[in-house]
Amino acid sequence: MKTLINKFNSDKTFKQNTITYAIVIVAYILCQSLILGGVMSNSMKGLLIQFCYYIIMAVSLNLTVGILGELSLGHAGFMCIGAFTGAILYKTLGEVLTFKPLLLLICIVAGALLAGLFGFLIGIPVLRLKGDYLAIVTLAFGEIIKNVCAAVFLGKDSKGFHISLKDQAALNLEDSGEMIIKGPLGITGLSFTVSFTACVILVLITLIIVLNLVNSRTGRAVMAIRDNRIAAEATGINVTKYKMLAFTISAALAGVAGVLYASSLSTLASSSKNFGYNMSIMILVYVVLGGIGNIRGSVIATVILVLLPEKLRFLSNYRMLIYAVVLIAMMLINWSPSARAKRDVLLSKINIFKKKTDEKEVQ
Amino acid sequence: MSFLTNIINGISLGSVYAIIALGYTMVYGIAKMLNFAHGDIIMVGAYAVFLITSALGFNPLVTVLIAMFLCTFLGITIERIAYKPLRNAGSPLAVLITAIGVSYLLQNLALILFGADAKVFKSVISLPPVKLFGGQITITGETLVTIILCIIIMTALTIFVGKTKAGQAMLAVSEDKGAASLMGINVNATIALTFAIGSALAAVAGVLLCSSYPSLTPYTGSMPGIKAFVAAVFGGIGSIPGAFIGGIILGILETLAKAYISTQLSDAIVFAALIIVLLVKPTGILGKKIMEKV
Repeated sequence: MKTLINKFNSDKTFKQNTITYAIVIVAYILCQSLILGGVMSNSMKGLLIQFCYYIIMAVSLNLTVGILGELSLGHAGFMCIGAFTGAILYKTLGEVLTFKPLLLLICIVAGALLAGLFGFLIGIPVLRLKGDYLAIVTLAFGEIIKNVCAAVFLGKDSKGFHISLKDQAALNLEDSGEMIIKGPLGITGLSFTVSFTACVILVLITLIIVLNLVNSRTGRAVMAIRDNRIAAEATGINVTKYKMLAFTISAALAGVAGVLYASSLSTLASSSKNFGYNMSIMILVYVVLGGIGNIRGSVIATVILVLLPEKLRFLSNYRMLIYAVVLIAMMLINWSPSARAKRDVLLSKINIFKKKTDEKEVQ
Repeated sequence: MSFLTNIINGISLGSVYAIIALGYTMVYGIAKMLNFAHGDIIMVGAYAVFLITSALGFNPLVTVLIAMFLCTFLGITIERIAYKPLRNAGSPLAVLITAIGVSYLLQNLALILFGADAKVFKSVISLPPVKLFGGQITITGETLVTIILCIIIMTALTIFVGKTKAGQAMLAVSEDKGAASLMGINVNATIALTFAIGSALAAVAGVLLCSSYPSLTPYTGSMPGIKAFVAAVFGGIGSIPGAFIGGIILGILETLAKAYISTQLSDAIVFAALIIVLLVKPTGILGKKIMEKV
């Protein structure tokens, strides 16, 4: 314990990471006690799982955008892959495997692996491009995944799986066969629920993976590539390898978020509302407002920005308008050089004030 | 013959994409930003025409001119309020997110003002359809006007950028802002002019799009906006003929994919084509290759 405290005081990154974990754990304990006390409203309870998968999405996207420094606009595509993998496994294994936690674990691991695999395959061509070209190609891949998932028909009978991109009849299913994905209608009859506790554990695991990666030799290599690719290459860093690594891990984590997303639904259908570029952009907004490259910022910004439209619900149609205005205002205040200069002046005034009080205390 | 009809429809759709892409590519070339709100200016232009024709019943040409003026004003205002303060923000992401905010703002403003239900847009083009090959192929007036207008706009823009002083100033600013301002070019005014032209083109595109596909909702502009950006990248972003070629190819590809492969997968096919082009030629069909300096 004492060594831990010493480490906390001397090791700066350890201190920062511990604070991040502590924020999540304290928030979790707070929510649980509110639930047990019966104070939390039902709408708020429904939001808890949303917080978790959006946090995982934001943290994983921050790995690509903030740490790797590449703008990805197709992150929702990986979420889509995770969600569909999880839901298909749940439908097919659900009858065989009755022990739910194990089933859930399999779904999550499979979702992460498949999304990671797709991240790897997509990363090979995508990471050769740069800047806005890379952004538009990730957007394209995200849209392709979304469209294919909305067009695919999958069924199962005694002969095994049947797959088609045309329609249900093209599957040639036996009468006893069961439809799993019904094209644009998606996967119906899902009923797996993940507890809030399990979700928070997944959030913590995500944070541990990303924060440890950032502070490792690998993470430093990735950030070196972000800051100056040519210099990094000259010092002997394998640029392709580290870029692929970060991108794949980011995709796999998005897959986990996808499984959680699927678990909160009874019908999973891929549409432009849930897995389109709008979703990717929404997550990007969380990341940028939380601070690019700042993992803790992503967590906090996600909670605030998921909560904001919900709390503004009483304004009905005006809520998204206010959200948009707040978004623009926050970007202008946070990023415009003139606003920043004013803010610095303001902060320095507060600091002077603080110093004066300090002096008084000394006297 | 149906193949030929599909090609003509594709060129027509492609012309709309090309007009939007021309605006996109100019704004991108000069401000180096993905203007996500560009698609929503299309929607604003279409709503303006819809309201003016249904409420006041002006001559279509006058209506379109008013819509262009409105969109130009809107484009300049957005640039001044939302994008200009962030021009030296250090991260290109800041202005990107602000553009997304502006896009949300325009969509939701339209949602509140006009409601979510789709309005039936009455075509402003009253040209009779042209019949070819003894009536086997019919080209609607909308298709004809769209294609001709697109070619006129592309030619006019090429001449404007190549021959006029303001156009040369645009080229200079897009290459190097600092050097351009040292040469006495008013950088702010040039960027504002680019946004004005881009927004006016968006208004024209909105009217043409809704004349051919008459359902108008607050989200009408967002997908064509993205497609037009894809078209601009396809042809090589920053290049005016590139945006034209990219738009036409994209339109034909989309129409053919819808007709012969699958409606569901047509977007996926378009995006797959973009990926293939960028992998073979990473700066687009007509894009210039810029060597990276150490």
